[in-house]
Amino acid sequence: MSVSQAIVVDKPPPLARGWPRARIVGYALVGVWILFGLGIVAYLVYAWNPEFFARYAPAYLQGLGTTLALVSISMVLGAIFSLPVAYGRMSKNWLLSGLAYCYVYFFRGTPLLVQTYLVYYGVGSFRPELETVGLWWFFREAFYCGVFAFSLNTAAYQAEILRGAIESVPRGQWEGAASLGLHKLQTLRKVILPQAIIVALRPYGNELILMIKASAIVAIITVYDLMGNAKLAYAKSFDIQAYIWVAIVYLVMVEILRHGIEWIERRITVHLHR
Amino acid sequence: MPAQSIWTLLSWGPDGWSDDIASGVLVTIVLALATLPIGLTIGFFVAFAKQHEEPSLRLAANIYTTVFRGLPELVTLFLFFFGMPLLLQYIVRLFNPNATIDVNSFIAGMIVLSLIFSSYASEVFLSAFRAIPKGQYEGGYAIGLGKWQTMRLIILPQLIRIAFPGLENCWLSLLKDTSLVSVVNLAETLRQSGVAARVTKHAFLFYSVAALIFLALAILSSIATGQILRHLGRRAVR
Repeated sequence: MSVSQAIVVDKPPPLARGWPRARIVGYALVGVWILFGLGIVAYLVYAWNPEFFARYAPAYLQGLGTTLALVSISMVLGAIFSLPVAYGRMSKNWLLSGLAYCYVYFFRGTPLLVQTYLVYYGVGSFRPELETVGLWWFFREAFYCGVFAFSLNTAAYQAEILRGAIESVPRGQWEGAASLGLHKLQTLRKVILPQAIIVALRPYGNELILMIKASAIVAIITVYDLMGNAKLAYAKSFDIQAYIWVAIVYLVMVEILRHGIEWIERRITVHLHR
Repeated sequence: MPAQSIWTLLSWGPDGWSDDIASGVLVTIVLALATLPIGLTIGFFVAFAKQHEEPSLRLAANIYTTVFRGLPELVTLFLFFFGMPLLLQYIVRLFNPNATIDVNSFIAGMIVLSLIFSSYASEVFLSAFRAIPKGQYEGGYAIGLGKWQTMRLIILPQLIRIAFPGLENCWLSLLKDTSLVSVVNLAETLRQSGVAARVTKHAFLFYSVAALIFLALAILSSIATGQILRHLGRRAVR
């Protein structure tokens, strides 16, 4: 019997595309989402109010600016402040590492809302003392308080991201660089960080997204960010589309960021894919 | 009003605020515990749908997580708290024109927290699903178990063990997210501390108390989850 005879085999029949239960449920659920989406679009069309739009759209844009400013300033300040915290977490000195551990535990273990209240209402209640120190102008402004609380909060998270990324680089890399005569800072900059960034990118991106979402909290301490303007618009008009529009803006923002981070990650890991 | 000492303020009884804050803590714990089973169940089914071979199921589940992970918690809460009564009223008025609907802030909080918790938990479950080799399913079918039996008797016990650390993180963030429901006037820990802060003008003291309570709850949960994890680990060895 020749080999060619054995190779000729009938193709298996195509899988039957019937209606198994999973497909019925899946179509039904997608249908529910489509209905839901259409319902919102229909509502927005039905409730379309040029006056509402003309009145609040500029406020929303300005609120978007406030949100972005708050998030970017806090992220940068948090990144700077996370350096000493991460150093403390990795240090062999028990006092330093204990302090850093307590800091991180406190800010990751309590709600951001509580921290924000603690800064804005709590620290703000020591007005005479703050005035003598000359810091009252800072703690009087809700925006600055928000930035302060958010920076401290994100510093704790970023310190952990940084620590995890640096510790993910094997120790041999440090030893190899030391044997080449690089000192510690050079090693960190030229050998460790380029590898750590790949590990840290996704957590950093997630932290940025979490910060954007969490920034809605400052609306409660009277900052007119995106959410704050939505609250104001709702309080004035009792029109639920105030919140629907703001939800759409947040969703678009988060999705753009998420896909952007995925794109960057694909770009910087090209050398790892074969 | 004579200046009260901190200890009077923190005492139990009519002069102090401990009893009020304690009732708030109870609400926080009940809210988190009531959300947990709902969130876990939805999260499990969403993850199940996400790794299913049927594309429409995957699509529906992905839309779910995209929406509820993409929206800020506060926006979701406000949308539900203010939007749901409108929607329900619209539907109910079709049948009974005089009905009015009021949404309880506890229920609204529970629904919103379940939605958020389940969308995060579903990611944890999904990666646990992916960590279970296909052979486990095939082994189940080979010994004559049905699809549901395989899931319940073979996959689920392993799934829980793999997903547990991730679910612990979800639980901790759920505990923290309960504080957001104070914004829609639910009398939980933060709300009660806020009331105390406003009445007594000792804002720093009472918000610190609230922070410490949340910290204590987090520590208690890590102790409890450590116990459960040890229990799960012991079962795995046998």
